Amino acid sequence: MEAAMDLMRRMPPKQSQTALSSLLALLPEHSQELLSRVDQPLEVLCDVESGKEFLLCDYNRDGDSHRSPWSNKYHPPLDDGCQPSADLRKLEVEANDVFAVYRDQYYEGGISSVYMWEPDEGEGFASCFLIKKDGSKSGQGRRGYLQEGLWDAIHVIEVGAEDEGTARYRLTSTVMLSLTTSDTDAGTFNLSGSITRQMILDLAVSEGHLCNMGRMIEEMEGKLRNSLDQVYFGKTKEMVFSLRRPPDMMQQQQDNLLVNYSH
Amino acid sequence: MAEQKQSEPEELSKKQRKEIAKWFLINSPPGEIQYVAKDVESLLMDEHVYEMAVSEAFPLYNKTHMICLEMPNRSGEVLITAFGELDGSHYLDPRNAQVATVDHVKQVCSMVRPATDDELPSSYVEEFRGALDAELVRYISEAYPKGICSVYCISRKDAEGPGSDFELVAVISAGKHSPQNFCNGSWRSVWRIEFKDELQLVELIGKIEVDAHYFEEGNVQLDTNHECKDSTIFQLAEECAVSLANIIRHHESEYIAALEASYSNLPDTTFKDLRRKLPVTRTLFPWHNTLQFSLTRDLTKELGIGN
Repeated sequence: MEAAMDLMRRMPPKQSQTALSSLLALLPEHSQELLSRVDQPLEVLCDVESGKEFLLCDYNRDGDSHRSPWSNKYHPPLDDGCQPSADLRKLEVEANDVFAVYRDQYYEGGISSVYMWEPDEGEGFASCFLIKKDGSKSGQGRRGYLQEGLWDAIHVIEVGAEDEGTARYRLTSTVMLSLTTSDTDAGTFNLSGSITRQMILDLAVSEGHLCNMGRMIEEMEGKLRNSLDQVYFGKTKEMVFSLRRPPDMMQQQQDNLLVNYSH
Repeated sequence: MAEQKQSEPEELSKKQRKEIAKWFLINSPPGEIQYVAKDVESLLMDEHVYEMAVSEAFPLYNKTHMICLEMPNRSGEVLITAFGELDGSHYLDPRNAQVATVDHVKQVCSMVRPATDDELPSSYVEEFRGALDAELVRYISEAYPKGICSVYCISRKDAEGPGSDFELVAVISAGKHSPQNFCNGSWRSVWRIEFKDELQLVELIGKIEVDAHYFEEGNVQLDTNHECKDSTIFQLAEECAVSLANIIRHHESEYIAALEASYSNLPDTTFKDLRRKLPVTRTLFPWHNTLQFSLTRDLTKELGIGN
């Protein structure tokens, strides 16, 4: 498995689907673990009842069907698909409504979904908050620079049992990004990839779980957005300019070389 | 989570497993094929399939990435490219008129011998090739902290004198591998140069590819491509070389400047199209105010349209 995860960190992000299907073909006995550990860009389905779109992930999947957070029904339909308990479903409905507003305020578009479930063992519950945004010229990018611009965020929060008014929240967030610009001067320019971070907090439950989870996600997304700037742009830019000097530095180097030759 | 209802996976044939292994190897980022090979070997759990996969994948990877190998006895370095390939394991080093024997999977040069006359271009073509090579060596020492170049004749290397057309290709390869910093990258330019005698014209087509991979907190890759064309008049070898090197220098400098511009424009433009730093309200989201949400949603819709 570790070899498989190492491969996923090296293969071109734009080919992550091919990479994952290749791994599933080679290691069919590990498919459950691969599907839950390897992040993939989120796919979209439309809920037939409400006409709203929802996002697909391993956490709302049962067999080959996916559960819509709007109608709570499986697509394609299942007789006995896995469902959260009535209480948890209430929280899930509220979370979806609130998260949709959050999403609109930060993303000015996009699709969001929240899924909750009880773990097989132990107390507490788990949830995942998903967002997908297409910021390309043809999508919802208002400024029109990106030929392709995709942002997929997956936030998984495990909430422990309540103990004297506080609970432990364990957040694992992954943001997957793909940016492509294309213009005659610079040819094609594509930056893609994903970064993952974790955060663990013990918080008072007085204002409710949703409040705590929401604030953690908001803080994490802010940090990831900054990280992406440093990582995506910063590190790769550093590499490019270490490979070849920009024109102004070339003159400097020319002078250095002349000085060396004259000794 | 739910029970899996999986269909029985079919057994993969050896050939299919080999093809999957080859795919992973060929798609390795610069400087990483040996790491990928280790992973692939442990996933395959079949030495025979592994040996087949690496023997097919490594030569392709090495030539695509234009790797640079040290030759024994301090004879210098040789670039492994399709242009200098004499056969599957022998590669020409035109600068020193040598032929290197290469083990692709180990990525080492095991032996070097002088090139024979028919492996080398005619003295007429060599005038041009050699002069351009010398100019390029000078250019890359200014422009690339660690670059290697080579000039090959890929067409009509037996051209005897004026009146003949021939084609050279100049390759520049610069790689930086810092696995301890989780970062690798490469710059590869390939310049095809056609000498057209009747038109007294020399035409160039350049292809530049820059890649970078950063994998400390995930997997981030840059992949850029650029193509350009230019031409100059067919002069004597020395003059052609200076002119061609200037053209190459000009286009490559322009390209790196364009990359610089892309990098400075993108963060502001792209990030805003994907996710704002803060909502339009310029405050954090009011998570505690759940009662107000239907109102907020209508307000947001209005604000959203107003953007």
